Order: sequence, then structure tokens, then C-alpha cells
Amino acid sequence: MHGTRILQEADRLMTVCNSCRYCEGLCAVFPAMEMRRAFSDGDLNYLANLCHACGACYTDCQFSPPHEFNVNVPKTLAVARAESYAAYAWPRAFAGAFARNGLVISLIAALSVAAFIFGFAAINDRGVLTGIHTGPGAFYKLMPHNAMALLFGAALLYAILALAMGVRAFWRAIGEPVGMKTDTKSLLQAVRDAGELRYLDGGGVGCFNEDDHPTDRRKLYHHFTFYGFVLCFAATCVGTLYHYLLAREAPYAWWDLPVVLGTLGGIGLVVGPIGLLSEKWMRDRVLVDEQQMGMDTAFILMLFLTSVTGLALLLWRESAAMGPLLALHLGVVFALFITMPYGKFVHGIYRFVALVRYARERQMMVE
Amino acid sequence: MTRRFDVLVIGGGNAALCAAISARRAGASVLVLEGAPKFYRGGNTRHTRNMRCAHDAATEILTGPYTEEEFWKDLLLVTGGQTDEELARFMIHESKDILNWIVEQGVRWQPSLGGTLSLGRTNSFFLGGGRAMLNALYRTAEALGVDVLYNAEVIDLKIEDGMFLSAQLKQPIGGKTEVRASTLVAAAGGFEANIEWLKQYWGEAADNFLIRGTPYNRGAILKLLLAKGVQEIGDPTQCHAVAIDARAPKFDGGIITRHDSVVFGIVVNKHAERFYDEGEDIWPKRYAIWGRLVAAQPDQIAYIIFDSTVVTSFMPTLFPPIAGATIAELAGKLELDASALEKTITDFNAAVQPGTFDHTILDDCATQGITPPKTHWARKIETPPYLAYPVRPGITFTYLGTRVNKQSRMLMKNGKPSANMFAAGEIMAGNVLGKGYAAGIGMTIGSVFGRVAGREAAKNARN
Repeated sequence: MHGTRILQEADRLMTVCNSCRYCEGLCAVFPAMEMRRAFSDGDLNYLANLCHACGACYTDCQFSPPHEFNVNVPKTLAVARAESYAAYAWPRAFAGAFARNGLVISLIAALSVAAFIFGFAAINDRGVLTGIHTGPGAFYKLMPHNAMALLFGAALLYAILALAMGVRAFWRAIGEPVGMKTDTKSLLQAVRDAGELRYLDGGGVGCFNEDDHPTDRRKLYHHFTFYGFVLCFAATCVGTLYHYLLAREAPYAWWDLPVVLGTLGGIGLVVGPIGLLSEKWMRDRVLVDEQQMGMDTAFILMLFLTSVTGLALLLWRESAAMGPLLALHLGVVFALFITMPYGKFVHGIYRFVALVRYARERQMMVE
Repeated sequence: MTRRFDVLVIGGGNAALCAAISARRAGASVLVLEGAPKFYRGGNTRHTRNMRCAHDAATEILTGPYTEEEFWKDLLLVTGGQTDEELARFMIHESKDILNWIVEQGVRWQPSLGGTLSLGRTNSFFLGGGRAMLNALYRTAEALGVDVLYNAEVIDLKIEDGMFLSAQLKQPIGGKTEVRASTLVAAAGGFEANIEWLKQYWGEAADNFLIRGTPYNRGAILKLLLAKGVQEIGDPTQCHAVAIDARAPKFDGGIITRHDSVVFGIVVNKHAERFYDEGEDIWPKRYAIWGRLVAAQPDQIAYIIFDSTVVTSFMPTLFPPIAGATIAELAGKLELDASALEKTITDFNAAVQPGTFDHTILDDCATQGITPPKTHWARKIETPPYLAYPVRPGITFTYLGTRVNKQSRMLMKNGKPSANMFAAGEIMAGNVLGKGYAAGIGMTIGSVFGRVAGREAAKNARN
């Protein structure tokens, strides 16, 4: 017996799939399944996070609904995946945040934005929020750099700690034997698999979305989103290095590295999320975990808002709008940071961990 | 349908789609009438997994070679010579090119990763299985401009002097129930889902058959063609039948209800008696004979019995084995006579001779002094819990069909080729497969003759 109803169903499906195995060439889920004959909760959560929801196994399955065997692996694993995020969340008390994710994230975002606006006004006199500030250090007229660094550093550290604790719990649940270590080769393999979204290609033809005609659109938009995010993160890192190593203060000129990285990343984070949202909108409902639409949408919107406010700040930073735009941008980014461990962001982390586990398993079979 | 098509294809599986694509590529306008709803399109192709093709050297997906001569010998072996040599050799020759042609139609192969079938040399596996293969063929056909209609059940054919004129539909489409076309390709499968028809040859036993494929393979087109002067071929009692789990649904249980554990135990009937040498032959031949063997037993039921030592030696099964701590307890759960089962197993165990077990070859583990013997892989059943799978005959497809020539053109009862009718797939499989079965050969027949039938029908229509 399993901990939840959906794991019970996942177990039933894996039993069906393990006696068929027609899908073994489509992605990593099925070869990983074939290495087992019985499935613990951890095994099922591992398989759920290994699934990239490309939908190929549903479209290719002779037993998918309306067949009486009712095999819908992508949807079942999507529900199990969402539940697994809550199951491994740290601290445990916050696991419930996943359930009402859209609402929680919008509330936190709104409160964060309000806090920054109020903070700017409270730290300085009221005029500073709507004043025109230019030249190096302009941003810090609104909020001192140290205050900003402290706030965001703390939020980021908290996010990293919470994520790490979650990953630790997940790794323990899926590890076999418990506490299994990984190796560099498997790690690099997982980086490659995640970096190119190897398993979002339906075994080669593309991802199935609105019908049985595969495309590469979801993969493309995901790449825009992910690499956009990475570029924006890199921009922040370079900015931090500039500040502390070179004593160069933001804002930087448009041609300077942090701005170039941030702008490119920002464009990726506009194109990607819009694309992903529209794909989600068109997606065949039979493949979708309706319960998690809120969580998915909330995260995509947060990424979109981060880039849009960032780009707006770049465009209007020399006007009176700079103060409010900076407050808005920082508020959104702050909200993104602190909600990271309790929203769709974790899918990337857990999927990566599952890929490491899979690469390791394959490696062990060869050895 | 007011539009007149060059080629009308009746059926919606591998053979039908290969015919439709090949006819369309030859320039013909094509209409495909699939009797099933969209989800169930493709008949037995939905459940297939691989295709047997000759090849002269190893490829990315196949170890090799598998020569035409070796394929021919394999076919001769399983059919016991009941095959049309000219057609069979033609099909085998064409199968070499089909390996590539089918890829050009969007179908993808995968390397054989796991499973239990050691067919990596002779058979190519479809990536994602038979339904994935079908989906690819439908996408290609539709992109080429082939018209496809679902739920399009044909109830009559107008045929005069061996010439097809039109087909009558059960439900009107576009206000019409008559479909006219210059040529016909019949690719509508066998009659395995038609229990009443099966009963003509098998009697009441057919009530206990389970049908592995869709309930739509009722042989309506075959029946019409045979009634209207097409020459028949094949023994109506011959079919591809394996033993499948008795708990499987009546129809469409597909591949996952099969059992490959026979070699690890014994098989008894409802009187708890063994009835055939479980160690006679190697996979996949032994797999294909058990359907008929069980069909010949009282009430068409049998039980594979083994013990806990071998439970991980075969593929995981959809239905769990039925378990008992003692033979008597197991017998009770199977509703068998406990003392009879105990005696059968005791006698069997006593007859087992020492040997070295290896299920991949015909090993030296055999019994001595019992009838029937178990000539290979015989090991004592003595470690509880004792386990069992109940099995029934699972019919995959039937061999009664329409006679064709090398152009896939139907031959009439008077021996003359039809003016414009072609057949492909299971409906004419009996030309090549008189009896027996070798894995993946149904798909070879479908693709090879489908491609030929489409091409020839297009040529015929445009003349």
C-alpha cells in the first residue's frame, strides 16, 4: 500500500507498463521502471520526477482511455510529481503552500512589492521614490546597497537552504541504497540531459501537446525560459562582482556585461513564459493535472513579471518612473526568491536529481 | 460520398495504411474506410510491436545478417510447408526494402532494449510500439492527402464478374451510403472477434476464447468477398493463438496478458493433469503453441504452476500469480481437486532428473518415467509459496483469407485475377501462413502486400 491514492494509481500503471514495455525507447521513465518489479513511494516519486510530460507514451499507448485499462502515465505522474514537491518540502509546515500555490505566490508578491515601496519611502523622505536619479549609485539613493544585499542575500540563502533540505529528503527517498552517493560522470550526464531537455522530445519526434501531432514548441519555449533565467542570474552575479571587486556601482551602461546579460535573459524570460503559457492553454486536458494549473501559472507569471519589470526599469531608469519601477522589480524578485522552494521552481531541481539518479543507475548496470 | 476515388481502402491497420500511402504516392486519390472509432483504429496493428525483415548485414537497429534463405527456412519450419512458396519468397525479398520504406513513411525503429524477446537479429521493434507506428502512418497519409473516415462500417460490396463497383456503408456519410471507386484494396483483417463465426469451426469451445485484439475484427469484408466469388485460402481453424491470462478482458487485452512462464513450471488442466511437454521447444515457438493446446482441454482452461524460486525469472505480469502456502491451498484457490494436484506435482518432482538449468537453450533438465515428459528445463516444484496463472486460449488472428497473386490482386474462384480488387494484410495472410506463427511476420505481410496492393491499385485505376 502506498501513502496516497495517486501513488496507488501510479503503482497500478507501472505494473501495466512493466508487463508491456512498448514505451521503453521513448524516455528514461520506462527503462528506470524496468529495473524494478515492485515500487516504493520513493521509487514512484522518482519516476514521477523523471517524467518530462512529453505525452508520447499516452499517444502511443494502446491501453490509454477509453480502453478499460485506463493507462494515462503523463497525467498520473504529473499529479504524483506535484504531490512529491509537498512531500519533501522543508520546513514541513510549509508543505501546504503548494496546495494553494497561485494564491500564496500572488499574496507574497503583492506584499513584497508593497514592502519595497513602503520601505523606500520610509528609509528616505517621500520625494525620493518619485525623484529622478541618474549616474552610478542611482539605485542606492532609494535603498542603500548594503540593505539591498542583506535582504536579497538572506532571501536567496533561505531559498537555497530550503531547496537543499528538500533535495536531501528526495534523494534519501529515491536512493538505493539509502544515502547513495553520486559520481561526476552521472552528474555531467544529468547536466547534459537537463540542458538539452533530452526527454521532452517524445523519443525523437517532439512533444505531444494539443493533439497527436508532435512539435518542439514546448521544448523551445522551455529553453527560452530556462536559459533566460540563467542569463538573468548571471547578470546579477556579474553585477555583484562589479560592486565588490571593481567598486563599480549600478546602474551600468547598456553595453556593459550585466546589462547585456540581463537584457538577453529578460527577452528570453518574456518569450519563454508567454510561449509556455499559451502551450499550457492549448494542451489537451487529458494530459493535464488541473489541480496544479494554479502553481504552474503562478510560477510562469512570476518569471514573466521579473523580466518585464526588469526591462521596464532599464528603459525608464532615467525618468521619474525609476523609483516605482525599481520597487516593483525588487518586490517581484524578492517574492520569486522566497517562494522558490514552495512552487513550480522545484520541478527543475527534482527533475535534475532524478536524472542524476537515472544516469547513476544506468552506470551501475554497465559496471 | 459523391466524390469518386481512384482507390478505396477498407480497413485501417498497417496493411491498409501502407496501401493508402503507396497508392497516394503513385498519384491516386485515396479514401480509407476504418470501421472502428478513431481510438481503436488499426485493428491488431495497435498491439503489435515488431516486424520481421530479411537483411544482409547488421544495421543500427538489428544485429545481422538475416538472409532471405534463413527467413524462408524459418517460415517453412513454422508452417510445416503450408505456404505458397512463390508468394512467400516474393514477400521475403520485398521485406528487405520495407525496413527502409517504412521509415520513409515516418515510422521509427528502436534498438531492442529489454523485454524477454531475443529477436534483435530477425525483428525490428517500433519505437513506442504498434500504436506509435500507426499514428505515424496516419500522420503521413493525411499529410499526403489521403482521406480517412472512422466509424465507417461497410455492410455490402457490389461486385460484378470479379469487378468491384461500390461499397455500401451502414451509416451515411455526407448523405450517401454508397462509395464508388475505381479499385478496391481490402485490408480489413481476420474474423477473430466474430465468436459466432469461430464457433462454426471450433464449436462451443469458442465461447471460452479470449480475443487479444479489438472487437472490430469481425471479418465482414472477408465474408462478403468470399460470398461474391473470391477464391478462399487457408484452413479456417488455423489461427495465431497463445495462452493468455484467464482474467484478461474478453477483447483487446493485447500483449500484456501473455505468460512466458511455462518453461519454469508445469501446465495442468481442470482435472489437475498435465497434458503436454512444457519443455518441448524454445521461445517463441513454445509461446505460439499453447493457445491451441489449451483450446483442446476441457472448458478451455489450464493453469501454469510453478514455485517461488522462479518468480523473478520472467517478465513482470499484469495479473499477479495466485499463491498458496501449500499445494492443497493453491488447489483450493484454483478450484482444482487438491489430491489430484498434489499427486501430479509429486509424480512430476519424482521424475525430475538432475541437470544444469539454462532456459536460453534446450538444456539437459528432463524428466524420466512420466507421460507426458518435460524434456527440458524440468526442475522440482517444491519451494512454497506455490504459484499459478490460470490461462485460456488468446486468439490474435485467423488465417482464412482471400487468394491473391504477387500483385496482391485477388483471384476469383474460376482462377482469373480480379479486374480491380486487391487484398493486403491479415485478410490474405493465409497465402503465406498456412499454419503456425513466427513473431513479427503478420506485420511483414501487412507492409509488403499493403505497399504492393496500393501501388498496383493506383496503376490499375489510372489505366
